[in-house]
Amino acid sequence: MATLQVSNVHSRYQKQLVLKGVDLTVEKGEIVALLGPSGCGKTTLLRAIAGLQNITEGEIVINGKTVVSDKKFIASEKRGIGMIFQDYALFPHLTVAENILFGVKLANKEQRLARLEKMLSLVKLDGLAERYPHELSGGQQQRVSIARALAYEPEVLLLDEPFSNIDAKVRREMMLEIRNILKQHDISAVFVTHSKDEAFVFADKLALFNHGKIVQCGDAEGLYLRPQDKYVADFLGASNYLPAKVIAEKTVSTLIGDINSDRPLNAALHEETELLLRPQHLQISKSEQGIGTVTERRFLGNVCQYLVQFDDMTLDVHSENLAIEIGEKVAISATAHHLILL
Amino acid sequence: MDLFSWVWVSNIMILGLARRWSVASYILALLIVMPLIALILQSLMPDEAVFGHLMDTVLPTYISNSLQLMFWVVIGTLFLAIPAAWLVAKCRFPGQNIFQWALLLPLAMPAYVVAYVYTDLFDYAGPVQRSLRGLFGWQTPHDYYFPEVRSLGGAAIMLSLVLFPYIYLLARTAFMEQSASLGHAARVMGCSPWKSFWRLSLPMARPALAVGATLVAMETAADFATVSYFAVPTLTTAVYDTWFEYGSLTAAAKISTIMLLVVFAMIGFERFARRKQQLFQKQSTSGELDSYSLSGVRAFAATAYCFALLTLAFLLPFVILLQYAWGYFAESWNAKFFEYSFNSLWISLLVSVICVCIGILLMFVRRASPRRADMLPSRLASTGYALPGTVLAIGILVPFTLLDFAINDVAEYFGFEEPGLILTGSAFILVCAFCIRFAAIAIGSIETSYKRISPSLDMASVTLGLTPKSLLTRVHIPLLRKGVFAGLLLVFIECMKELPAALLLRPIGFENLATYVFQFVSDEQLEHGALAAIVIVLVGLVPLIYLNRSLEQEK
Repeated sequence: MATLQVSNVHSRYQKQLVLKGVDLTVEKGEIVALLGPSGCGKTTLLRAIAGLQNITEGEIVINGKTVVSDKKFIASEKRGIGMIFQDYALFPHLTVAENILFGVKLANKEQRLARLEKMLSLVKLDGLAERYPHELSGGQQQRVSIARALAYEPEVLLLDEPFSNIDAKVRREMMLEIRNILKQHDISAVFVTHSKDEAFVFADKLALFNHGKIVQCGDAEGLYLRPQDKYVADFLGASNYLPAKVIAEKTVSTLIGDINSDRPLNAALHEETELLLRPQHLQISKSEQGIGTVTERRFLGNVCQYLVQFDDMTLDVHSENLAIEIGEKVAISATAHHLILL
Repeated sequence: MDLFSWVWVSNIMILGLARRWSVASYILALLIVMPLIALILQSLMPDEAVFGHLMDTVLPTYISNSLQLMFWVVIGTLFLAIPAAWLVAKCRFPGQNIFQWALLLPLAMPAYVVAYVYTDLFDYAGPVQRSLRGLFGWQTPHDYYFPEVRSLGGAAIMLSLVLFPYIYLLARTAFMEQSASLGHAARVMGCSPWKSFWRLSLPMARPALAVGATLVAMETAADFATVSYFAVPTLTTAVYDTWFEYGSLTAAAKISTIMLLVVFAMIGFERFARRKQQLFQKQSTSGELDSYSLSGVRAFAATAYCFALLTLAFLLPFVILLQYAWGYFAESWNAKFFEYSFNSLWISLLVSVICVCIGILLMFVRRASPRRADMLPSRLASTGYALPGTVLAIGILVPFTLLDFAINDVAEYFGFEEPGLILTGSAFILVCAFCIRFAAIAIGSIETSYKRISPSLDMASVTLGLTPKSLLTRVHIPLLRKGVFAGLLLVFIECMKELPAALLLRPIGFENLATYVFQFVSDEQLEHGALAAIVIVLVGLVPLIYLNRSLEQEK
């Protein structure tokens, strides 16, 4: 049984339809990222799951229990949701210990203390129990908010842009640390972000939003390599589009030559369409007869980014070949891979 | 967080908030607006020819007096406050740091005390005219001209002296918030300080001045004690006299509604000006203030002006009060003084606690409720403060009198002994009136506190399994401590000072400090009440210290 089942959810805010029929399934122990630009409805969905935002149509089921539908509305406080906020939402008038035990219903003092100790060591904050939130660093506050949510033993954990206030240097480390905690305890989580990099690191599954709908849902690799449209392709990374014609079962013809696919194509024979090529799928080499001219060069560390002008197109190419200068002529080719036509 | 989601955050609410919360807040709000509704209904009743008679004879004069007084007080306060505000905000001169807060002190002075002190000084028998007569050898009032203190003009001056800090405070803030870069731009283009005041500072401060002027006008319209002492009949005194002399509640209600029209026009104008103020007063990002260092004659003139203003409006009357109190200490330090102080104290304490509870409940419902209509009660409940004390008193007398009669009728019907006027004849009516008038203050200070609590704290609490009630008790109330304290304090002080409502509604034989002091003012023997007056002034200083501290913190 899935931990969370969202079916056909619509939500309206000030007469505007913000969610237009969203379906989503989160399995036990799975971490799902709701990804999309601002205003796409991802935060609204998170709030609807938490019971902080009403829905106008559809159904949300948590662990087999319907929490909202046409006929039913279970209040937030009865849903068993853990939520982590962008500003952490720590109670400023309570100590770390009081914050963590805020939602814990255990009456027995020893059990409460044991829970507190367990949570503090889990998030590596031993010894800070009596501090107040303003005495902690941003990262420590984040850990307290995670401990507070987990101490409540939620059915599902919701995270609203939890890493956006964390220093870039420690963000990745923090994400991996929290991911490990969630995985160790087999906690199902839904995570809102507008950053594909965060989603790639933190989530098992990505649900990409556009205008109140999920346009594609799957693992990061699948979305990156096999996007179902240009919106998905562009959101997840730089992309080049070349006009292409299918000339054989696994071959297309383009301006830079014929390119082979290692899997069957997603277009019919003779169809004219566009071929998606990620920057690392293109290769360039210096050549006096080359059809392209390098107009920009940017050293990125492991690779070099070149912008190559050819015809009236500019191609974005990542190459390990660092020896090409601006203005030089280059030959362009593409590596064989699973080609995607859009 | 992007702008879009921020809009969402600001609209967070508890979707499952039970309806009983809304019902409770509506009942409270309706109880609070009841006097207003009762007043309007009562004014529609046919009257016993009293109102017609008044309208044909004195009322037009009263209306004209009220309007003239408002006009002159607004002019007077602007005239006194603007130079002081500009000097303190934009210049450096000796004593400026002290004047910055000291010029607020006059707010603590009841206008009728100032009026009494100056009448004592400038009357025919007072020291000023006596020494003039001695100096020039005049014998009778016919030998020379001296302006009459007890006149409309005199009342306007007294009210201006105690009300100018309203405009001073708003104008000072407006001047200080004007972006320094605008001043630099003007200077670079060759504006002298004087020119830049007329062309830049003053026009930009106009909305703030308008807000201040309406507040002053409303306070003037509500003033009862000064005009009553000076025997200048206005609408306020007319309401009072109609009730006490003619005993006609309907006629009093009709005059009250005329005042209400004036007050509501003022409120409308104030709202309009405030919106403009927000446009004109964007916080400047550059913290460095552009200030003119004054020296020599200019510095002396600036200090002298501020000092003269402070002396006339506060120091002199206060010193004279101290002198009175010193001279008559033995007579004043008596059982009555303690009894009336105690009366003021318990009523003020009780009312401030009730008002804060009302404020917490209404603001909680406003914040947490998903129902749009629940925004209304806290707004409705804030209308009481706009009603002048006399008008409110009439409004509350209407339903309470009806209830009292009904109670006695019921008692008689069942053959019990009639309980008498248990509502209108006890301090209960006073407590109700004060609660209605001052609930707005508590609501306001709790609202300010609420704005500082992040909505995600609410969401965190609810998702952690808190019911609305425990959200209120475990999260909101601890975080609202400051607002609750400020609300208690401000309501307490207003209750200590409030005079007209207390005069109209107090049961026979019941006095508090304010009515006690006013009694001595009316009887021309403030000397005996000076001690009580000093208590009122000192209590009134507390919010000024508080206000100044919060202004300092904002900087």
